[in-house]
Amino acid sequence: MSASVAGPPVGLWGLMAEFPDPKSLAKAAHRTHEAGYRKVEAYTPFPVEEVMEALHHHHSKVPLMVLIGGILGGLGGFGLQMWTNLSAYPMNIGGRPLISWPAFIIPTFECTILGASLAAVIGMFLLNGLPMPYHPVFNVPRFSERASTDGYFLVIEAADPKFDRSGTEIFLQDLNPSEVSEVEP
Amino acid sequence: MATLDTRLEPLPAKPYKAPMIAPGHTPGTVTEHIASIPLTPIQKTPKWWLGGFAVAFLVLMVFLWSVGNLLVRGVGIWGINQPVGWGFDIINFVWWIGIGHAGTLISAILLLFRQGWRTSINRFAEAMTLFAVACAGMYPVLHTGRPWLAYWLLPYPNTMGLWPQFRSPLIWDVFAVSTYATVSLLFWYTGLVPDLATMRDRAQNRFAKLAYGALSLGWRGSAKHWHNYETAYLLLAGLSTPLVLSVHTVVSFDFSAGIIPGWHATIFPPYFVAGAVYAGFAMVLTLVLPLRPLLKLKDFITDRHLQNMAKVMLATGLIVVYGYAMEFFFGWYSGSHTERFMLMNRAIGPFRFHWMTLILCNAIVPQALWFKKVRSSPVALFIVSMFINVGMWLERFVIIVVSLSRDFLPSSWGMYRGSIWDWGVFIGTLGLFTSLIFLFIRFLPMISIFEMRTMVPADAGEKEKAQ
Repeated sequence: MSASVAGPPVGLWGLMAEFPDPKSLAKAAHRTHEAGYRKVEAYTPFPVEEVMEALHHHHSKVPLMVLIGGILGGLGGFGLQMWTNLSAYPMNIGGRPLISWPAFIIPTFECTILGASLAAVIGMFLLNGLPMPYHPVFNVPRFSERASTDGYFLVIEAADPKFDRSGTEIFLQDLNPSEVSEVEP
Repeated sequence: MATLDTRLEPLPAKPYKAPMIAPGHTPGTVTEHIASIPLTPIQKTPKWWLGGFAVAFLVLMVFLWSVGNLLVRGVGIWGINQPVGWGFDIINFVWWIGIGHAGTLISAILLLFRQGWRTSINRFAEAMTLFAVACAGMYPVLHTGRPWLAYWLLPYPNTMGLWPQFRSPLIWDVFAVSTYATVSLLFWYTGLVPDLATMRDRAQNRFAKLAYGALSLGWRGSAKHWHNYETAYLLLAGLSTPLVLSVHTVVSFDFSAGIIPGWHATIFPPYFVAGAVYAGFAMVLTLVLPLRPLLKLKDFITDRHLQNMAKVMLATGLIVVYGYAMEFFFGWYSGSHTERFMLMNRAIGPFRFHWMTLILCNAIVPQALWFKKVRSSPVALFIVSMFINVGMWLERFVIIVVSLSRDFLPSSWGMYRGSIWDWGVFIGTLGLFTSLIFLFIRFLPMISIFEMRTMVPADAGEKEKAQ
């Protein structure tokens, strides 16, 4: 336990275990979370619901961002048309009111969708911490070879308060992985 | 249609029964198979690709030549005149943008309806959408006559103190089409990111590794990544669905908000959207049918996919035919002399040949899709979709040219035919479109790899349960 008191060990970012299929990874992720590890991440080549559940990824902030983006886009679109017609370039078209709002609905709708979509994509990337040109997990050759094809990995960061060089390794070995490797920072 | 097919095959009730991916695949083999196409070394580029791209690129040069001439000499080199101020440019604009709609329908609407079969074709269809919208966007911009001033269409503070007229359908078009292009690009790119990470990890060539690496933004596929990703992707699909319906609706407003006979009809928005999906599926089939054997993708784009696409075409085609029938009914029921005259003029006027070919292509030939034999024959499907491609182009020709050439005042009637430069720009955009498609299939995975991986365990799991 001395390593965790003195901070994460130098030259080690975390420990990585590889599993043969998504089911065993989900089981292992569940047990890791139960054991009290919190700086844990699982890597799969495609979305696996059970793994997300096991690591308690329940509430994404993306929907909130999309809502805000949509509202801002809609208000912005309608506001732009109001301002244009009231102050910037008022035009009397056949005696219709300056704010002939039914005609403004279409640009407002398009701006709403645009704002919401931009918020969805930009928000998703920001929440995921992307773009990120460097990440330690790619230092494990098996990971950079297989993680995006058919490899299922679990990583416990050395920064986790419960992390202990040998203890955590024994814990991971106990989960029945096909391989455990060190992740260099 | 659905009830008829239940008699032929038990598909609609249990959509996952027939294989959507050939048996024996694992996530590894799926990845290998699809990723190896864009990762083929330059020296081993297939000959058909080189030949095809060369032809497409030559046709793209026709586009550059025609547009160059247009910029130097002005829109007078086109066939447009008074009264037919909208000729090939708007016909082609509507045709291309309609083709794009199938991509969004496949990727967004079918995702929301949980149609698993979309997975094999959505990436390709989305790329087709983007390229079709790029081609469509050329026309209104070129039609302005001074395309370098096209940004005047956008609301921005300028020294002239001018602002766009937001009550005009043409400005609605600017908003709808630019939003559509942006959202389609976002959707396509978001879908690509996990696959770009796969490409990054598999690329041998250093330049390819760098390029795919930069584009994949450092995607790692962690549970947190996927969690946010799936939420965002689903929301994007939900946002694209009303968007795609709005785009062709707005395009139809360009016509129906006017008073020209034959345009001023409430049926236009739904009829245009159905026509767009019809034309788009025809174009997807036109492209997929030859690529499927060439790229050896029969494991992933199975006969099931072709069947389903054919059914969508048949259904939307019937909506379009209903639209044609209703146009005649409205014209007659309106009691308006000019509306009635316009319809007679369509059927027996100077452009009757166009109209009759349109009915043949869009209403008669596609009825062959009722037969399962036709739906399961790639050659027959290809022929039918070519008919629809031509038919949908003629539909726009008939709507635009027939109505404009003879409206209320016989003294202002005129005739129209496309000049060689009209054809040059049109054929040229076909070159632009096919060049982009060729580049896409050469450098990016044309089937969503990560989504195909999810198909594999799902299918395997169902087999286990069945046994």
